[in-house]
Amino acid sequence: MSKLKTQSLHKRESELAEAKRQLEILSNGIFQSGGLPTFAQKIKETHQFPLRPKKLEILQINVGYMCNQVCEHCHVDAGPDRTEIMTRETMEQCLEVIKNTGAHTLDLTGGAPEMNPNFRWFVDEASKAGIKDFIVRSNLTIIRANKKYYDLPQFFKEHNVHVVSSMPHWTRGKTDKQRGDGVFDKSIKALQELNAIGYGMPNSDLRLDLVYNPSGAFLPGDQASMEKDFKKALMDDFGVQFHNLFAITNLPISRFLDYLIASENYEDYMYQLVDAYNPKAVTNVMCTNTISISWDGFLYDCDFNQMLGLQVASKVKHINDYNEDLLNNRNIVTSQHCYGCTAGAGSSCQGAVAE
Amino acid sequence: MAGNNYYDPADLRKFGNITEWGEELGAKFFDYYTKVFEEGALTAREKSLIALAVAHTEMCPYCIDAYTKDGLQRGITKEEMMEAVHVGAAIKSGASLVHGVMMMNKVNKLDG
Ligand code: SF4
Ligand code: SF4
Repeated sequence: MSKLKTQSLHKRESELAEAKRQLEILSNGIFQSGGLPTFAQKIKETHQFPLRPKKLEILQINVGYMCNQVCEHCHVDAGPDRTEIMTRETMEQCLEVIKNTGAHTLDLTGGAPEMNPNFRWFVDEASKAGIKDFIVRSNLTIIRANKKYYDLPQFFKEHNVHVVSSMPHWTRGKTDKQRGDGVFDKSIKALQELNAIGYGMPNSDLRLDLVYNPSGAFLPGDQASMEKDFKKALMDDFGVQFHNLFAITNLPISRFLDYLIASENYEDYMYQLVDAYNPKAVTNVMCTNTISISWDGFLYDCDFNQMLGLQVASKVKHINDYNEDLLNNRNIVTSQHCYGCTAGAGSSCQGAVAE
Repeated sequence: MAGNNYYDPADLRKFGNITEWGEELGAKFFDYYTKVFEEGALTAREKSLIALAVAHTEMCPYCIDAYTKDGLQRGITKEEMMEAVHVGAAIKSGASLVHGVMMMNKVNKLDG
């Protein structure tokens, strides 16, 4: 693997490590041929500007950018060299919020959330709070990364955690290209272990969903047919089963933006997103029912806005002052990256959002 | 503005504009086209691979561009795509070669 692929943009001191620079490129473009319509203009056409939140359903908590992988397209710019992780104190504040929120879903993400030293304590405490759907975004390889993680499947089972994991393709070549050499085999092994204790089996309550995002500068295909193909291939080749596949569009930020620019696909990709713009997807973009909390306790409309440093447009900006009513009164902050959520069938952390 | 090339990749995005100068036929074509590629007795995936093979035999850069991207979106692997291209190439070269029989007939008739 090349050196570039083993380090985050931060470590490489890339100008794209700065959210400000990413936003400049997204807003002003690097095109020669004039700009794209702004996302705000686009949603004005269907009277959906400004975007407004509906009832809060999902609390997404990013417990840190540390990760055992350095995937080519990571929108978090996560990796082993990232040190930002949520402290126990901030977790305690999150627990207060979890106890008092109307949200039914808790979505723990990272980085590899399991690498936060307080991860298990937090899951333990949070799972007592009566949340209906407790999601952990596990990259699968973490389960095989080190002995101390080998018992994670059992731990997940004991806490009835809903495991959601990324899988770029059912072939080794495409998966390893995006996520690093050896990732595919380790992921399959982890999936088999999860299956062995009941995860992902038909009729099992132990939910195991996979996330598919394209390995290059193209949009995801139809979610239902991709799910069929994934299920058949993983079953035939490895006896692996899972529940649903969420197809997610890569948003043009962070390492994926870096890849788009370096491979001279940026312009074409932005056009693809704009051409595939679907006003019906706007109604259900995930920022309309989600609050995203960063490792340092700041509040965002979504994980993508978090990475771009776009805090919520509300008096309440930090978990210290969390107030659901005030937050429900905000306008959602949007920019050109939002085209990624509204292309085709739309895209959210739970996959497609429109028919 | 496009450069001094017969083919400009950016023109592919303008394909839909052909209806502007002939709406009825243009619209009929696009309706037909959309219908053809729907799931039917053949899957949309199979149709995409056929389109890719034909794009190569027709040597249409726009279609090659479009159906390569379409294949990737459907999760079709590069090995599958290359096999489809070979199928197209085999039929195309077979079609040339089978005309050799015509040549042989003619030679036999004229110079037998
Ligand atoms: S995509 Fe996920 S697994 Fe890959 S580097 Fe980013 S956080 Fe880690
Ligand atoms: S990027 Fe975030 S703010 Fe923009 S549409 Fe998607 S979820 Fe909403």
